[in-house]
Amino acid sequence: MIGRRRLLSSLATATSGLLLSGCNRINANPAVRSMLTSAESLTMRAQRIIGDRSALAPEFTAADLSPIFRANGTRRPTGTEYDAHLQSGFAGWRLVVDGLVTQPLSLSLRQIRAMPRRTQITRHDCVEGWSAIGQWTGVPLKLLLDQSRLKSSARYLIFHCADLYGPIPYYESIDLIDAFHPQTIIAWALNGQDLPVGNGAPLRLRVERQLGYKQAKYVQRIEAVASLAHQGLGKGGYWEDSHDYAWYAGI
Amino acid sequence: MSGESAVANTAARALRGGDLVYRHRLPTRLWHWVNALTLFVMLMSGMMIFNAHPRLYWGEYGANPDRAWLEIGSRGSAGLLRVGSLQVETTGVLGVWRDRDGVVRRKAFPWWATIPSSYSLADARIWHFFFAWVLAVASTAYWLWSIANGHFRRDLLPQRSELAPGHIWHDIRDHARLNFPRGAAALNYNILQKLAYLSVLFGLLPAMILSGLTMSPAMNAAWPWLLDLFGGRQSARSIHFICAFGFVLFIGVHLVMVLLAGPLNEVRSMVTGRFRLPEENAA
Repeated sequence: MIGRRRLLSSLATATSGLLLSGCNRINANPAVRSMLTSAESLTMRAQRIIGDRSALAPEFTAADLSPIFRANGTRRPTGTEYDAHLQSGFAGWRLVVDGLVTQPLSLSLRQIRAMPRRTQITRHDCVEGWSAIGQWTGVPLKLLLDQSRLKSSARYLIFHCADLYGPIPYYESIDLIDAFHPQTIIAWALNGQDLPVGNGAPLRLRVERQLGYKQAKYVQRIEAVASLAHQGLGKGGYWEDSHDYAWYAGI
Repeated sequence: MSGESAVANTAARALRGGDLVYRHRLPTRLWHWVNALTLFVMLMSGMMIFNAHPRLYWGEYGANPDRAWLEIGSRGSAGLLRVGSLQVETTGVLGVWRDRDGVVRRKAFPWWATIPSSYSLADARIWHFFFAWVLAVASTAYWLWSIANGHFRRDLLPQRSELAPGHIWHDIRDHARLNFPRGAAALNYNILQKLAYLSVLFGLLPAMILSGLTMSPAMNAAWPWLLDLFGGRQSARSIHFICAFGFVLFIGVHLVMVLLAGPLNEVRSMVTGRFRLPEENAA
């Protein structure tokens, strides 16, 4: 009886092993992957046809706030440079806007806080599946882009960040539809307080119709570009390059 | 004798056990096999996505500091499943298990249940969202086709008499005794089949697709009513998971019924469309 059970279970293991090594080969096959990933642009187009370009992400009230807003990804950037900024209360932090712009900017935190602000209570959705609701305050990205006067060749914005993953600096990118969206802000406060280090101090991107990994933290530079091909591996972001996450993270 | 002529020959007289009949039209058969593949991929890639955050919540938000109503995790060397305040040890299957190389892993669902078999949220999402399109497009086409040609009304909508409690009870008793319809009676779906298929077609399937869309932040901006429908994004995620469990149950019962009713005949009817009516019992 035990012999038969063992035989059956080893047969089952062998069969499922064969099946799964087959599955893993399919998963790694470039033709299959390119077919499967083609759904990403289909999803983006469909979602943008269904929804208005400026359709707002749902906003909530103070009663809906998560008691604790979970931090994820880099909790604290490494390196003496960031430490020095933290020590000085980010007095010397600059946000640079350059690339395909007519008027490059280099703004201090104080200048950014003096600009018109938008406060919104929104839901942050991690690609892993969890959500947290927080109140963000920051300058609408549109105002920075208007001030720097984008050139007509600009198609995307790349957000260069101060946190490193191993030797690689984090970066993310969005297109101009999301860049000019009224809820897209460069946030400097969470729940009425200065942005905590775990949530991207002193500046982070909020692009509310996409998932968490698009919300670049520790932003130092916004570069307007015509194509994403020349940054990193060309897929538009750290997780896109390193793990094949979708560049369009609306779902 | 070929299947074609067998069907032709039986057209002139009343059908009886042993006759070969045309039971499933091409769209139904195509949809069935597309679904078989699609659900297999969706369930397995879905379990990998769940592994990225093996906790479920009710409401708009929910993350590690918040109370989860369902959680798969581990303590020490024990795998644990917790639902509400009920906790069961699941070592070896959920929470803690060994992979193909015998290495102990601490993820919710084991390697043999997920696509891909080693942890990758990014790859699972690629599979899930491609096949989500297949499922949504194929389901919509099937719904429209079956409404237009009367398949739903003719074959699936229960007659008033079938809904009588006595009739349903009679069917349940027959099923429990593995006493299935024979002869011409086997041509029609019985009331339990009708109810099962209708609840999948108009309950489970739309709930699955809509709760999936509700998890998309871009869809929340486009169709904010989705959040009201499900009571928040995390509720939608929980309902999505419960629907997946419903599909597993449906597929399990479906496969058992196919085995009990005669697997070769049943599979043939879903491949070629032709079904041999079971012989009547000798009275």
